[in-house]
Amino acid sequence: MTPARIAIAVFVALLAAGPLYLPPFYVTLVNYIGLYSLVALGLVLLTGIAGLTSFGQAAFVGVGAYATAVASVSFGLSPWLGLPVGLALTAAVAVILGGLTLRLSGHYLALGTIAWGISLSYVFGNVEGLGGFNGISNIPPLPLFGAAIQTAQDFYYLIWACVLLALAALVNLLNSRPGRAIRALRNAAMAESFGVNTAWLKLVVFVYAALLAGLAGWLHAHYLRFVNPGPFGIGYSIEYLFMVVVGGAAHVWGAIVGAGLITALKTWLQDILPKLFGSSGQFEVIVFGVLIILLLQHAGGGIMARVVRLFPPKRAAAIAPEAAPGLPRPPAPARGEAILDVDKAYKAFGGLVAVNGVSFEVRAGEIMGLIGPNGAGKSTMFNLITGALPLGGGEVRFRGERIDRLAARQIVRRGIARTFQHVQLRPTMTVLENAAIGATLRGRSGVAPATLRLDRAEERAILFEAARHLRRAGLGDHLYEPAGSLALGQQRIVEIARALAADPVLLLLDEPAAGLRYQEKQALAALLRTLREEGMSILLVEHDMDFVMGLVDRLVVMDFGERIAGGAPEAVQADPRVIEAYLGAAS
Amino acid sequence: MNFDIALLLIQDGLTNGAIYALLALAILLVFAVSRVLYVPQGEFVAFGALTLATLQQAKVPGTAYLVAGIGAVAMIVELVAALRERRRQGLASSALLYVVIPTALLGLAVWLAPQKPPLLVQVLLTLALVVPLGPMTYRLAVQPIANASVLVLLFVAVAVHYALMGLGLVFFGAEGWRTPSFVSAQVALGPMTASAQSLLVIAASAILIVALWQFFGRTLWGKALRATAMNRTGARLVGIPTEASGRLAFTLAALFGAFSGVLIAPFTTIYYDSGFLVALKGFVGAVIGGMTSYPLAALGAVLVGLLESFASFYASAFKEVIVFSLLIPVLLWRSLVSRHVEEEHDE
Repeated sequence: MTPARIAIAVFVALLAAGPLYLPPFYVTLVNYIGLYSLVALGLVLLTGIAGLTSFGQAAFVGVGAYATAVASVSFGLSPWLGLPVGLALTAAVAVILGGLTLRLSGHYLALGTIAWGISLSYVFGNVEGLGGFNGISNIPPLPLFGAAIQTAQDFYYLIWACVLLALAALVNLLNSRPGRAIRALRNAAMAESFGVNTAWLKLVVFVYAALLAGLAGWLHAHYLRFVNPGPFGIGYSIEYLFMVVVGGAAHVWGAIVGAGLITALKTWLQDILPKLFGSSGQFEVIVFGVLIILLLQHAGGGIMARVVRLFPPKRAAAIAPEAAPGLPRPPAPARGEAILDVDKAYKAFGGLVAVNGVSFEVRAGEIMGLIGPNGAGKSTMFNLITGALPLGGGEVRFRGERIDRLAARQIVRRGIARTFQHVQLRPTMTVLENAAIGATLRGRSGVAPATLRLDRAEERAILFEAARHLRRAGLGDHLYEPAGSLALGQQRIVEIARALAADPVLLLLDEPAAGLRYQEKQALAALLRTLREEGMSILLVEHDMDFVMGLVDRLVVMDFGERIAGGAPEAVQADPRVIEAYLGAAS
Repeated sequence: MNFDIALLLIQDGLTNGAIYALLALAILLVFAVSRVLYVPQGEFVAFGALTLATLQQAKVPGTAYLVAGIGAVAMIVELVAALRERRRQGLASSALLYVVIPTALLGLAVWLAPQKPPLLVQVLLTLALVVPLGPMTYRLAVQPIANASVLVLLFVAVAVHYALMGLGLVFFGAEGWRTPSFVSAQVALGPMTASAQSLLVIAASAILIVALWQFFGRTLWGKALRATAMNRTGARLVGIPTEASGRLAFTLAALFGAFSGVLIAPFTTIYYDSGFLVALKGFVGAVIGGMTSYPLAALGAVLVGLLESFASFYASAFKEVIVFSLLIPVLLWRSLVSRHVEEEHDE
């Protein structure tokens, strides 16, 4: 057993035996920690992993709690029906809020949820049917086969069963095809270029986090048997965020550590601070505020980041299998067939014409080079083909179909995969996981199967495929290292392996040799030649003349946004216009 | 509703809207220059109002001690940083800003407060006491992680809000205060009579907004702030220090906040925790301005004031809900206009 597993086993054992040795006050406290942990788990996914944040989590807890309170008290429904009702309402609100804000910059979600969080407490406090500021009391306990889940001890087990299940589900989700896409959300352009619909996925994540809060609300209502607006205000939403910051936003266990620590600290501070100041009041907010500021300044990542640094995991979460059935592959085009056709492409930024009527084509099974001095418009051309920038005029066709109006994620679906000039890897994910992002479109498992581990056959196939491309690119010894720990040249190779994992017909490489040493360049050239042998088409944007000349079948040379030459490398090298562009005119 | 009530509501709405506009502009300024979503802006409103209220009772306001205390902490942090970087440069101005001025202000407050000086002096003293908290907040909370992501800076802002709100409780107590009107006359304006107090607020806000506009357009520092807002790296390359820009933005925001507090104090009872909600209405205005446009943000804030005024007439319990619901059509519109995929470059 690894130390991590031993620690978890000890924790679960202590937890299971809790009511046997904990005095009642502490059982209640641990119950609250469990409820808060559920909400915090959602925030780990939303904030720590996906990089979004919500100040509305307490309000979602409130929706879950009030829904079941009204259903069971006013309508006399079974408390068990209150759960789906609450979750459905929570999800509906989350879809509306998320739909409004998630296509915008991240801070709009934060501001939108602050407004929603405040509004909802006023609604709770002012609507007749919700009991006003007095709330709703006499909420029934949870009936169970003639008995009831009623006491603090009963709820202790129910709450913590929910927490541990939610935690396991989240761990499963993060180590899956949709999970890797979620972990890539902070590099939205990269995720989109491998087929991830980032706006949709952000919405899914937001709803997922809201549902965990809604579940906590349902438990809260039937455990306390009473709801009032107090615990669902913006202050509690802020505290949930603080829990995640203190515990460690990027780690699932950070939710529980943070919830435990903040709750314990708050209880203790509320006990001593009023004595210290000689009057009652929420003085603990000062300590929390200063604590969070210091933590963010000096120990970003929270407690779990420290723990992981002290005890690094011995085994990566995602391991490539020795063998796995292959992923489906679409039929490849015949060698020599023209697959990419750029026709009078035009792009201007304000008054600057970056690409001016450039035409060329790429044929199946050839390596085509796109070169030119700095500022020639190569990268713009590259972004026009991949859908990262909209075309200003002209057409781009891929295998006969116009692609210049498609989004990046639709273009990769048609068989074009790319690398980035500035490396776009997730530094904390392993090399293998990064490469596996490339295979996103070759699997189909969604969030629900992933949380239940019903995706394992497909997952093995994806990881095997990612590992296969990494091995042939020479990174077989680095599969389980964090991508951020590799040298820049190796990171570029990971980018190529990731693109290959998408099984493209056409591979677009943006300066792949930059930052590589001589031997590495040789190895890269050999790899690209092998790929060409196998029938892949490659479009290469590159500065390094020696690297390009020895490798490509044909070249297009751009200067100041225009195509100035094209053809076989030898002919282009002798072209006086090319020499002038690179070396200046011989006057 | 008859015409008179409508006029009254409009007058109320414009008065509040003028105050929200000040806050919206301060929030935009801070966001543009430092990328901080300045949640604690509301605490400066509360501090301004409560400081003035305390001075009117001829007592020494808690802010005087708070400024001296936080100034001392800022000085210690600055000394430690200087020691670590082995530099002396900047220490003199730090000592002036964090120790000499706050101590002088404390002395001034202790001396002046019991004499119950005229209103104008009280207002000036209030501003002098609250404004230094702006650059101190920047130095202590933001400057050490000025390059962090918007998300982390937002957390810092919320933590500052918490800390300042708690300190407000310690230094002002849990009791709420409302100051008497500055002027009590009624002015006839064509078909309506307006309270001179409201006109004063609108005029004062307008003057401050025009002053800010002139500052941006005419002074070197104003232009430096605009440059930093447009491109931080570029501004640094041409010699505009990020830290000084941040400090200046936070100072201006504190001034706008404290001034709003002074203006709002005669209209509503202010508690140590009232600022948050007031500032959020400024945020709604800023969001209407897309977090970029100053004129749109100011207009948006006035719209918020008007909506709030009418909402409090028709459905006073749901006033806040209605005001914040204004965000929904605004966000919908922004969401439909925006097309690009958002990229978060920082971790």
